[in-house]
Amino acid sequence: MTTDPTAELRAEVDRLVDAARSGDRTAFDELVRRTYVDTYTLAMRLTANEEDARDVVQESYLRAWKGIKSFRGDAQFSTWMYRITANAAATLVQKRRRRRTESLEHVEEPIDASLEARPEAAVESSVGLEELARAVAALPPKLRSIVVLKDVYGLSHEAIAEDLGISVAAAKVRLHRGRKRLRDVLFEEGGRSAHAV
Amino acid sequence: MRCDEVARLLPETVEGMPVDLAMQTHIESCLRCQAELARYRRMLRALQQLRTRFLEPSPSLLAQTLAALEEAGERHAVRSLLSGRRLAYAGAIGGAALATAGTAAAVILARSRRRAAVA
Repeated sequence: MTTDPTAELRAEVDRLVDAARSGDRTAFDELVRRTYVDTYTLAMRLTANEEDARDVVQESYLRAWKGIKSFRGDAQFSTWMYRITANAAATLVQKRRRRRTESLEHVEEPIDASLEARPEAAVESSVGLEELARAVAALPPKLRSIVVLKDVYGLSHEAIAEDLGISVAAAKVRLHRGRKRLRDVLFEEGGRSAHAV
Repeated sequence: MRCDEVARLLPETVEGMPVDLAMQTHIESCLRCQAELARYRRMLRALQQLRTRFLEPSPSLLAQTLAALEEAGERHAVRSLLSGRRLAYAGAIGGAALATAGTAAAVILARSRRRAAVA
């Protein structure tokens, strides 16, 4: 008889979540062990900063442990963690912004010159994925978080808006701007001249 | 519809949202906009692939995260203990106050009875 390893893993996570909801810290620690690389990856994609990502990971699991009893299991644990992580990252970015006199929005972030040199290749090969990741990291924080949560992690506009504390309309506008900015960086065509059909 | 108008709308229509008929007609007849649409689709596919490209955290992250949870748990336990003690203290003080009041009432009652008996 063959078993589906993915289904088995999910069942195991569900069992750990059930135990953690009953207050079992050992089960929750095991959940952390199994998911922290995923959480860290999202935190890095959202913050584009190693130190911030580490802070976000710790804060996310602290919030998750506090809120695990309210996790109803309607969504997968991973999706629930993504939303907590997105919220923790947004909080951290807001705090950092308050501390800095210069808004992060106005900081010109460096864009990898090699990416600009061969933009089409950026989305074609596995090496290109690294370049794409760098291009995402170079987006302004507000645009980056929406692109990451929607286009990489597939969260809904409604969930993203709720987690980031913005309206659904604002989330859609930022996604539009983020995709456009990314496209311009990756394909570097720009300056399309309009012509009537 | 013009190419620049289509280009403005592409970022939000690329993932299969309903497309305006004029836009659809334009794309069908415009190689430039077809190429642009293909770029956006390629970009979105590549972004989806990033989902499974995990980044390796430094080896200390797991230990630090578990330690932070442990510490938070201890703080919570101490707070619970303190609030439990506070309740116990409050209960003891309340009980003592009640006992004092009861004794005082009994003394006053006894005195007033004695006075009544003398009278």
